[in-house]
Amino acid sequence: MLAGKDVEGAIILSTVPILEIHNLVKEFGDVKAVNGLSFGVQEGTITGLLGPNGAGKTTTIQMILDLITPTSGSIRIFGKDMKHHREEILGKINFSSPYVALPGNLRVWENLKTFARLYGVQNLDKKIDELADFFNIRKLLPRMTSTLSTGQLTRLNLTKALLNNPKLLLLDEPTASLDPDIADKTRMMLKRIQKERGVTILYTSHNMQEVEEICDEVIFIDQGKLKDRGIPAELVKKYGHKDLNDVFLAIARANDNNQND
Amino acid sequence: MRWHRINALLIRHLYLYKRSMPRLMDVFFWPVTELVLWGFISVYINKLNIGGFNAITVLLGAIIFWDIMLQSQRAVSIAFLEDVWERNFLNVFVTPLKLSEFVSSTVILAFVRIILVGVVMGVLGFLFYKFNLFQYGFYLIPFMLNLLVFGAAVGLFTTALILRYGTSAQVLAFGLLVLVQPFSAVFYPVSVLPHAVQWVAYIFPSTYVFEGMRAVITTGSLPTVLLLGAIGLNVVYFVVMSWYFYRSFAVVKNKGKLLKLD
Repeated sequence: MLAGKDVEGAIILSTVPILEIHNLVKEFGDVKAVNGLSFGVQEGTITGLLGPNGAGKTTTIQMILDLITPTSGSIRIFGKDMKHHREEILGKINFSSPYVALPGNLRVWENLKTFARLYGVQNLDKKIDELADFFNIRKLLPRMTSTLSTGQLTRLNLTKALLNNPKLLLLDEPTASLDPDIADKTRMMLKRIQKERGVTILYTSHNMQEVEEICDEVIFIDQGKLKDRGIPAELVKKYGHKDLNDVFLAIARANDNNQND
Repeated sequence: MRWHRINALLIRHLYLYKRSMPRLMDVFFWPVTELVLWGFISVYINKLNIGGFNAITVLLGAIIFWDIMLQSQRAVSIAFLEDVWERNFLNVFVTPLKLSEFVSSTVILAFVRIILVGVVMGVLGFLFYKFNLFQYGFYLIPFMLNLLVFGAAVGLFTTALILRYGTSAQVLAFGLLVLVQPFSAVFYPVSVLPHAVQWVAYIFPSTYVFEGMRAVITTGSLPTVLLLGAIGLNVVYFVVMSWYFYRSFAVVKNKGKLLKLD
């Protein structure tokens, strides 16, 4: 949360979200992929954006990144709208997904330098060195990107995603396709990123155990609408289930039942 | 526009070119092959001794100019296709990069390619056939720049078509200019064309350039009317094609297809 002082000098925490989505709608022809979605993400938190396949998670993330134009509604990041402050906003956010690889025909260091230049990173060699150590990819730097394993690509994607010291990081299923060991290490890295760098993270995943472990808050969406949100442990308690996986099933199937009715 | 972002894309192409045989062949091997082929044809025609016609000068000048235009168009289209083939659009367009910076980098790349091709073909033309492209001095340069602009405009148009219709339209990146070639009077004057299609020739800036090039070579003076015709049409083409490209990008963003180009 944003720290500040009120008129009497007492420390207060601002509740202004770093990301504010209001009444967001995206229609593809007759299909409403996102249908009046509203939520906010507080600074310094890891927030899980959850929902079944086709719920509208990816469309929402791509609208936040200005890759898809919303039909209506607003997206404000750092209190500013993307339409008028695109360059400034995109300079302070970043994205990583195992489904979006960096160009395989470049060497790892070539990819990192290209993106560092695109973000206008100062002292880019120093920055790449620092992140290469953080993610343990120094030995991979001379390799062709196409020769990396899935786990190595995930670490490279995360390295790319931190080149510009983002204040907001969007992660689309960052541990998908990883074995349990590498997935666990990736989660540890994400926790470190949040703790040491104060990065706000919006996170999608279908692994509810993982979400429960690392997210401060979760947002459930289905058919493009907000279904529920809250702290994972409180949602488990609220729905009277044993874990978040059962809460996910309850929310997703409640919607299925409503449709069948 | 920010230079560091344009520079980032240019350096990325440099990384690719320095070890990619197909890219180097596109810039050096194919143009040189064409030069050699047309050079021998020109020598043969010269031996036929057709009154007053210097085939080497006219045909080699034409093939060098033609390759310059082709390089410009391909540089723009293929720079875009690189990101389609590598599925890299998301990574590139979640950075603060502007579309105008993306286009600028491709036009600069096109400029670098035409300089390379122009110099290599000019030098080889002189060494092999004693054809000195540079003897016409600065008069040919404005015509070359017009070819750069027209090639880039066609490159933007093919790129817009690929954006809208996917990679099934990518054949246009390699072939669209070839469709324009017969009407551009590359190797012969417009007067050779049937009357009914001569008006078609004059809607392309390239026609004015090739007519102008022949006029410079044969008279040694600058044909101002042809140059102004090329510039005027190029302004129209570049503005319209740029508008279509930007419009296509907006349509694709609206349809959510930017990341599904295949």
